[in-house]
Parts: sequence; C-alpha cells; structure tokens
Amino acid sequence: MATQHSRSAARIMMAPAVILLLGWMLVPLTMTVLFSFKKYLPLRGGDLGWVGFDNYVRFVSSSAFWPSVQVTLVIVGGVLAITVALGVLLALLLDQPMWGQGIVRILVIAPFFVMPTVSALVWKNMFMDPVNGLFAHLWKFFGAEPISWLSEASIQSIIMIVSWQWLPFATLILLTAIQSLDSEQLEASEMDGASPLARFGYIILPHLGRAITVVVLIQTIFLLSIFAEIYVTTQGAFGTRTLTFLIFQRVLESQNVGLGSAGGVYAIILANIVAAFLMRIVGKNLDS
Amino acid sequence: MARSVTQQRKAINTAVAWAVGLLIFFPILWTILTSFKTEAQAINDPPLFLFFDWTLENYAVVQERSDYMRFLWNSIIIAGGSTILGIIIAVPAAWSMAFVPSKRTKDILLWMLSTKMLPAVGVLYPIYLVFIRLGLLDTRIGLVVVLMLINLPIIIWMLYTYFKEIPGEILEAARMDGATLKEEILYVLTPMAVPGIASTLLLNIILAWNEAFWTLNLTAANAAPLTAFIASYSSPEGLFYAKLSAASTMAIAPILILGWFSQKQLVRGLTFGAVK
Repeated sequence: MATQHSRSAARIMMAPAVILLLGWMLVPLTMTVLFSFKKYLPLRGGDLGWVGFDNYVRFVSSSAFWPSVQVTLVIVGGVLAITVALGVLLALLLDQPMWGQGIVRILVIAPFFVMPTVSALVWKNMFMDPVNGLFAHLWKFFGAEPISWLSEASIQSIIMIVSWQWLPFATLILLTAIQSLDSEQLEASEMDGASPLARFGYIILPHLGRAITVVVLIQTIFLLSIFAEIYVTTQGAFGTRTLTFLIFQRVLESQNVGLGSAGGVYAIILANIVAAFLMRIVGKNLDS
Repeated sequence: MARSVTQQRKAINTAVAWAVGLLIFFPILWTILTSFKTEAQAINDPPLFLFFDWTLENYAVVQERSDYMRFLWNSIIIAGGSTILGIIIAVPAAWSMAFVPSKRTKDILLWMLSTKMLPAVGVLYPIYLVFIRLGLLDTRIGLVVVLMLINLPIIIWMLYTYFKEIPGEILEAARMDGATLKEEILYVLTPMAVPGIASTLLLNIILAWNEAFWTLNLTAANAAPLTAFIASYSSPEGLFYAKLSAASTMAIAPILILGWFSQKQLVRGLTFGAVK
C-alpha cells in the first residue's frame, strides 16, 4: 500500500520536469520540421506555402553547404585531436608527485571558466592582432613578418582558441580516470621490469580508453554547435563558416526560415548520430 | 639514494608542470595585467609586463561609459534565476527517480539527457518566433526560462547521481519510525542532500553565466548579460585593449572563483556519471 502511495507521489513529483522538457523538445522541433517544408520569408511575403523537400535539396546544393560541412569537420576534428593528445599528456603530468599540485591544477583548469565571448575577443585582439597582438611582437622579435591570424590562418586560429577553452575539460576528465587506476597494477608491472613507455601503452592507455571516448563524444556535441567564438572573431568570413553559423545566417540574417530550418533538421540529425553513441555508454553505466 | 632520486624527479615534475600551467593560464593573466595599464601602455611596443604605472582608471571608465552594472545585474539574475528555478523543478524529479525507481526510470533519464543534445541552432527560429509572440524577446524572464530548460537535464542528472549515493535504508528506518513523506524529505533527506544540491547549484550558475548562444541571439539592449556586453567590444570602434581587459576581468572574475570550488563537480556534472 505504501509503495503504491509513494509510486503515485513519485509520478506527480516527476511530472513538471517531464512535461517541461517534453514541451521544450516537441514544440520547437515540430515548428522547425514544419517550416522546413515551407517557403517562409518573414520579411518578404511571410509564409508562401508548402514546397515539399525543396528546401532540403536547396540547402545541400547551395555552394555554401559542402564548405561549411568541411569547415565544421576540420574544426571539430582539429580541436578533438589537440585536446585529447595534450589532455592525456597533461593528465599524466598532473598525476605525478610535485609541489603546489593544487595551484597548477587551478591554472590549467581556469580557461574552461572563461566565457566564450571573452576568450574569443582576448585571443583575437591581444594575441592575434597583426599590429598590436603579442604574437606579432613575438614574430617581429624573431625577425619574422607578423601574420594576420584570423584572415590568413583563420581555421587554425579558431581551432587554437577553441582548443584552449576545451583542453581543461579533457585534462580534468582524463586526470580523474588516471587517478582511479589501480596503483598496485602499475607497481607490479614496474617490478616486472616494464619500461615507462610499455606501462603507458599496455596499462594506462587501455584504462583511459573509455574516458577518452566520453571526452570525444561530449566535446563533439558541444563543438558541433560552437557559435560565439566565430560570431565575435570572423563572423563566418575567411572560410570559417561552420554548419551552425551557416544556419544562423540563413535564419536570422537573410531571414530565409524555410531554408534555415531544413539546415537545422540536418544539424539535429548529425548531432543525434553522435548522441546515440554517447547514450549507449551512459546507459551501460547506469546498469552497473 | 632512492629518496634523492625521487626528490630530484619531483623537482623536475614541479618545474615542468608549473611552466605548462603558467603557459595555459597566461592569456588570463595577460588580460588581468592589461586591465591595469593605460591605453597607450596596453599597445606599447615592446609589450610591458609588470613595469608600468598601475592604474584603476579603466574599471571606472567601463562602468561610467557603458553602465557595466546593468549587464552584471542581468547576468546575475539570468544565471541565478535559471539555476534556482531549475533546482526547484529538478529536486522532486531526481528524488523520485533515485528512491522510487521504476522500470522506465533509466529510459526517462536517458531521454532527458537527449534533449540536451538538440543543437540550439536547429530550433533558433521557432524559439525566436515564440519569444516575439509572447513578448519575451530581450527580457530577463525569457532568458531565465530558456537557460533553465537547457540546463535542466544536467541539473536532474547531477542531483540524481548525488541522491543515489544516499543509502535507502536510512529512509526506510525513518518510515518505520512513523515519519510521513513530508517529514522524511524535510528532516532526513534534505540535510543529506544539501552538499549535492550546493554543488549542482554552483556548476549550473557557471554554465548559465557563460552561455553564449541564446544570450546573444535573444537579447538586445535591455536584458543583455555580460556575454553580450563583451561581444559588443568586437566592433572596431570598441577596440580599446585596456578597457576590453578591464571589462573582461570583471566578467570572468566571479566565475573563476566559483569555478575553483567546483572542479570535482565539473567531471560529475558534465560526463553524466560515465567517468568516475
């Protein structure tokens, strides 16, 4: 009787959260899907009727589409490669005994707490500016010609800014995983004469496998939708227009809602493919 | 002998780690230093590191010219409001899933998480339209609601993992002693849940404070928080390094301090229990 009672109480307690999230998911999603099948130009005639899959075809066949997919993949891939590789090294380093470990950890983690608009602007002006930026001074010091980073090496610059923001996240998660490693296993291998490289390759790296997967999946989901970093640096110019930014421009700047919505549906599908893998790992962990 | 070797290794580790740590932290340090320079010193060639005339002038100017306090206040209301609202909605939900689990609990949790994966840009126009219709565009209440909704899955998840760690036997014992559901929640559960709720609060304030898609797209003059205020410095006429630095330092300082307290919760909150 008591369980029956608490069960219905539980259902009532869950209701607000479930209803809100259901509404938050279904209402805009339905609208996006509906808009995507319409010719919808709010500033030039409004709703101009159904057009079938026209927007989907036009979005993919526009000359901006494939470059934007390419840019998105290069940025996501570049940031993942840098943050995971450096993250593993940094986590190994921070796991070593040292003086002032707590302070070093704080220094390393700090960039994650900097708001995206601040980090993008600070990098853009104070480091990458071709006249007054620190990099320009550094280049001049070594007798080289300063580079105007965000126009000549735009994608690399964005990858660098975003990697700086996400390196702390990767490091922190990988460090947590390293610290859960059984130290007896490492000691035993050390006594058996395994070299540091062998210990890393055969014990540490396999142990980190799952954490690396989680880092890759979660970062991919966030990185697919980076926005502020591009918004305040290049505004999508110089070949930095990602899929997210392209859709943003279609919807809010050129006010072509039908076309932008079709792009939005593509973005949702793309994100869901990544999310499905993440969910499987998270779900497995819930059982244990 | 072995001891001196480890001491030596420790010294090397320390030197390397501090060098790397300072390198990663440098952009933040540089921003803070620049905020105390005059505009001329900020673009001095060669760059000035520590030996310049320290001044607080920029902080005064930023407040005077752009009404910094208003943006700060918007950030506080939006980040704080959305987090508190989210926690009020999430606590009962997380509580019931942790203590009265059913066959569907796992599916519900995963589904909630999946709403977080929805790319914001995919639903930008519908939200924009709904906001216009409801008169919510450029209002703080509108952003409180949106940021609450995008962070609600994370809040529920974090609370769920904390509540899961509270032993169910204690609740059963309270029930045996005749405690009602209300008493059980108020006197038994709440004291044990407070640390978890506090950590969740902290992490979500940070996430909401730094959110820069909806805050940029749904605000103009009235409800703009610090993310949008800083973004306004990207226009060429706003290019004053020392003032940009002062504004940036003020925008990130509170969160840097909160963030240092929440390092551990960061892993739990952002990996959904997949890494322990």
